[in-house]
Amino acid sequence: MLLALLALALVASVLALPSLVGLWSGWQKRRAAQRTRWPRRDRLELHDPGRERRAEQRARELLRSCVNSEEWAMYRDLGFIRVAGRLRPSDPATGEPAYAYLIYPHKPIVAYVPKTRRLLSEYCVEFPDLTRAISHSRLPDSDDMLAKWMALTGDEERLIHHANMHLPGRQIDPGRVRRDLWRLAEWERQRRGSDSIEARPT
Amino acid sequence: MKPGYGEVLLAEGDPTTREDEERLVAEFRRQLDEGMWAAVPTIAADSGRREAQMVRDFTEIPLDAERVIFFPRAAGG
Repeated sequence: MLLALLALALVASVLALPSLVGLWSGWQKRRAAQRTRWPRRDRLELHDPGRERRAEQRARELLRSCVNSEEWAMYRDLGFIRVAGRLRPSDPATGEPAYAYLIYPHKPIVAYVPKTRRLLSEYCVEFPDLTRAISHSRLPDSDDMLAKWMALTGDEERLIHHANMHLPGRQIDPGRVRRDLWRLAEWERQRRGSDSIEARPT
Repeated sequence: MKPGYGEVLLAEGDPTTREDEERLVAEFRRQLDEGMWAAVPTIAADSGRREAQMVRDFTEIPLDAERVIFFPRAAGG
């Protein structure tokens, strides 16, 4: 009986051997691929908990030094920046832009009509690290804001050309955008009185 | 701007001196060859508002520019 069991175990081991070898080699291949994707330097860098925080602090200072004081205060208080669109002429009477953008960190740019608060489109755009084929790092939030701000104010057409345009609501909840526009109106009213564009009843 | 790091100083110098200018031009070209976009923070003459000027060549950088900021080129997300 014991001999039969031992023989059975031996046969089972031999039959299972190819599967075990396959699992082992698959695991080794996955490990090798992971090493290729994440070089040792990068894997070690991921363990620095303060690096991203320090990068964000530097990025905030850089953003602050570049944008208008009102835009900086908007980002600090509300978490987004409004940039006027320039591809259509502004209203000559009021000077208000025909359309504007809300830029959020690491989220699509939202185009809307300030006069009516109608949402026009989402422009999905990112600034990927091109120096490494596969990178797990991204720009700090404030650098992403600054990149969008510079690209929009410096060459709006080129940025829009590189972005993927979608209808509103694809990535950002339209309800959230409308709330943000309301918050922006309230914020402006507190800063400058009640004559802001968004504060007008629609 | 470098993903994961934020702002990194690449080069600095006085572009009116030949040695510095050559170094700055070389760094400018290297960044653009790596696919970066370059922008100069400016102030609009008519409105006084801050904005950016995108530059594709070293000669396009305004003479009074204090800095050129390089950032990864945009791609559809």
